[in-house]
Amino acid sequence: MATIAAEGLLAKSNNRGNLRRRYFVDRLLGALVTLAAALGVALLAIIIAYIVIKGLPAWNLEFFIGHTEPVGVAQGGVGQAIVGSLLMLAVACVLGIPLGIGAALYLSEYGRGAFAEVTQFAIETIAGVPSIVAGAFIWAFLVKTILGSYAGLAGGVALGIIMIPIVARTAQEVLRLVPDSLREASLALGIPYWKTVIYIVLPTARAGLVTAVVLAAARAGGESAPLLLTSLGNDFYNFDLLKPMSALPLIIYKYALSPYEEWHQQAWGAALVLIVVIGIVSLVTRWSVNRSARRLRG
Amino acid sequence: MHRSLTRITFMLAALALALVGAACGGGSTSTSAPSAAPTTAPAAAPTAPSGAATSPAPSASGGAASGGACDVNAKISGPYQGEANSLTGAGATFPQPLYTRWFADYNKLTNVKVNYQGVGSGAGITQFTENTVNFGASDAPMTDAQLKAATDKNGPVLHIPTAFGAVVVTYNISNLSQPLNLSADTVGGMMLGAITKWNDPKIAAENPGVTLPDADVVTVHRSDGSGTTNAFTSWLAAANPDWKSKVGAGTTVNWPTGLGAQGNAGVAGEVKNNPNSIGYVEQIYAEQNKMPMANIKNAAGKFVKPSLESVGAAMTNSIANVPNDLRFSIINAPGDASYPISTPTWLLIYQNQKDPAIATALTRMLWWAETDGEKVNPELGYTPLPDALKAKVLPMICSITVNGKPAFPGK
Amino acid sequence: MATMEETTSTASSLLRRRGINPGDRVFRGVMIALSGLVILILVLLTYQLLHDSLPVWQAEGLSFIWSSTWDPPKDVYGALPFVYGTLVTSLIALILAAPVAIGAAVFLVEYAPPQFAGPIAFMVELLAAIPSVIFGLWGLYVMAPVMRSVVEPFLKNSAGKLPVVGGLFLGPSLGRDYLTAGTILAIMILPTVMAVSREIVRSVPDTQREGMLSLGATRWEVIQNAVLPYARTGIIGAIILGLGRALGETMAVTMTIGNSSRQISPSLFTPGYTLASGIANQFNEAGTGLYFGAIVGLALTLLVIAFLTNLVARILVKRTASGPVGATV
Repeated sequence: MATIAAEGLLAKSNNRGNLRRRYFVDRLLGALVTLAAALGVALLAIIIAYIVIKGLPAWNLEFFIGHTEPVGVAQGGVGQAIVGSLLMLAVACVLGIPLGIGAALYLSEYGRGAFAEVTQFAIETIAGVPSIVAGAFIWAFLVKTILGSYAGLAGGVALGIIMIPIVARTAQEVLRLVPDSLREASLALGIPYWKTVIYIVLPTARAGLVTAVVLAAARAGGESAPLLLTSLGNDFYNFDLLKPMSALPLIIYKYALSPYEEWHQQAWGAALVLIVVIGIVSLVTRWSVNRSARRLRG
Repeated sequence: MHRSLTRITFMLAALALALVGAACGGGSTSTSAPSAAPTTAPAAAPTAPSGAATSPAPSASGGAASGGACDVNAKISGPYQGEANSLTGAGATFPQPLYTRWFADYNKLTNVKVNYQGVGSGAGITQFTENTVNFGASDAPMTDAQLKAATDKNGPVLHIPTAFGAVVVTYNISNLSQPLNLSADTVGGMMLGAITKWNDPKIAAENPGVTLPDADVVTVHRSDGSGTTNAFTSWLAAANPDWKSKVGAGTTVNWPTGLGAQGNAGVAGEVKNNPNSIGYVEQIYAEQNKMPMANIKNAAGKFVKPSLESVGAAMTNSIANVPNDLRFSIINAPGDASYPISTPTWLLIYQNQKDPAIATALTRMLWWAETDGEKVNPELGYTPLPDALKAKVLPMICSITVNGKPAFPGK
Repeated sequence: MATMEETTSTASSLLRRRGINPGDRVFRGVMIALSGLVILILVLLTYQLLHDSLPVWQAEGLSFIWSSTWDPPKDVYGALPFVYGTLVTSLIALILAAPVAIGAAVFLVEYAPPQFAGPIAFMVELLAAIPSVIFGLWGLYVMAPVMRSVVEPFLKNSAGKLPVVGGLFLGPSLGRDYLTAGTILAIMILPTVMAVSREIVRSVPDTQREGMLSLGATRWEVIQNAVLPYARTGIIGAIILGLGRALGETMAVTMTIGNSSRQISPSLFTPGYTLASGIANQFNEAGTGLYFGAIVGLALTLLVIAFLTNLVARILVKRTASGPVGATV
């Protein structure tokens, strides 16, 4: 195929091309694609720079431990949002980890037949559900009827739904890397399959599975759309999952649209908190993925 | 790993149980509600909730409890045994700065956390109707249809006014040394798209000696359901027949022209960002953004500046016609000093509460707000309730019941 | 524990014979139950959306999707302004992001020294980790003012004067409109399109390149004639995956699109709504009745569009990844 294409090209250049023009086009497009990559990196740099420059001045002790206070009376902080984010993520993990890893294990260890296909389909489809739609579902399913109130629990469940497919898909990749020879060796020793999975497959894939969970949690921790409809937000510290709860992305939204300069600055500060956490998580997971992939392959 | 799997399964089961438990809890409280409702509710038709009558304690008949009699001198001075430690409210953005301050102060006094989220009056009414919040907030009274929907679900609704404020007309025109004078004719004309230039003769006639630019008018309005929109369009409908016939009034209207923006802050932002634009916001949002505010022609034909005094005048001059359910309007009030786009803002409460702890916390919070809390109103640019209105509001708070008994403990 | 039969079988048949041990049966049951829960969530979600949007389908029928009046006070609902806004912003995002993303992918595979390619790709992919609300914050306070005072006046004064195309750049420049939202979306989908395209370009066999190079083609000619045609289907898949992300994006769009369902206008300087931003803005207000049905109808419409888009993208990406389908000669 390549040869035929190349012959065509050769014919073309013989007819009307000259070498200088071809080199020019080559250099020009080379420069353009370099520029494209540079643009991507530059965009990241610009956005991060803005968040750091605008957000850092908001950071002080009260910013981290205080909660929303009336403007002009006290500075206040986003402590209740940090706590809320952590609590709702915990709920999300309780839902997302067992379902995500369970489904991934089922697919990788038993995955044949119609039920496996339906499971795979469900995972892919949930992955494509816009987060706001998940929020709408949880409002109708939990907030309006079962709980009867906006609640951190509802927010956590919505985030959990977002986590499931991310955990499942990443875990599937990781479990696929566990060599069959390990399973075979274990089975050959007469160890039942379930023990093989628990004592051989899962520990081998542990680093990768942790990565899957952390990545999913980082993604869910940055979500605000579903929380608007489920956890509502809270100006005070709240540890009760059945009551409305704040979260960092929610408070960024609320503060960004407020009329107060003080709150705008805290929105940038909260954005910086999220970015720092997500940045660290990304770097660490990248490092551990590289390491565990090397270990599994090597 | 196996053990942790078991643990995970256990946690899942626990979560499921918790959900079921919560569902049952919700169910049982709601089944107990109807038994309480009929005893106090029949007189409370949607338009006239009981307790709003003129005598101070009409509904306390069944009040064997200590707080039965409605003592207008009652004072909230600290925490109260057995009250819920948190409440949730949602609604209007118009009074949000005020409520944020109130509830921060109230938390220091009683340790009760009243979480208020400004999601818009429309959402406040809806979520109140769905009973997903302990109280709603709106700066448009509920319509008869909304009231019926809420009453059918959860019993009679009380409208408790908390403060008055002004909706100001703000604009972005460079090189003006004084506030513009505008009337419902000119503002309505611009909003309808009939007046398209700032140097239109009609605007010029209201502003002698002011040089206005030969520039296109850009109008900005709210895109979400809003009590601010309700006040603004009610004023236009009251004072501009053309507007009344073409657009009308409501929390959301079908705007003939202009930009939509989310929330009071959104409108303020759009006006600030767009030269030669005009929009309407609650006063504090214009002040926060250092934006000009037009003097508005009132029913007496005078151009009046929005202020605590002019809103107070509008309120005083229309207090005589306040109905017993306190769903009233002070739009286009009579009197030379009245600012015409003034509006009360309300908290929405169900008269028959189901949970004693919540009901106690709620009534105590309301009582505090209407007595001590509102002392900060002027500081934040909101006009407090006049005594004549307070005399109707306090008994209304006393009329709130929980399972047939008065909910307010009287201190 | 282990029977003779098991120990003597080959490993592969062993793998097929699991479930004999009672523990295995329990374990398998748990896995099936967990998978079943995942399926149940999807079923519940779909059911709830169908059930709650029923009123609007009964009132408006399927024409809900293409009728253009959205007037809650009059209880008239048509989803077209939202569908239109979703499509327009996503299209803008694709037009802006696709060339850059593909270019960057080509650079990373074909030009960049291997020790730099990884870190550069990682940095661009970090963009995908930034939460939507932060893009919204940045878009609102940094990008929108630039769009309003620099980009949009420039477009109006240049492209706006052309026939036909000029219609896209009419009206006052507001900085909160389809164009701004589309641009923010472009930045957000850039890493997705780039990462997938990079994998696709990387999967093009070296023999393709070598054949061309040996005939004296320049590097770009190799890319143009041997690499890109081979990768074409996969790259289209990558773009559609990006589209899938853009369609459902909520917060960043909500904060930059201007939120107005007034009327559909060809100008990109018009404030509008997308399906997702409409839900975010009006959901809490809609409560019950027809209005709520209509909002949930928007959610269902969005779900269906996102589902179909992702389905197409997955098929295309898989086809390329599984073998040469691209340039057939």
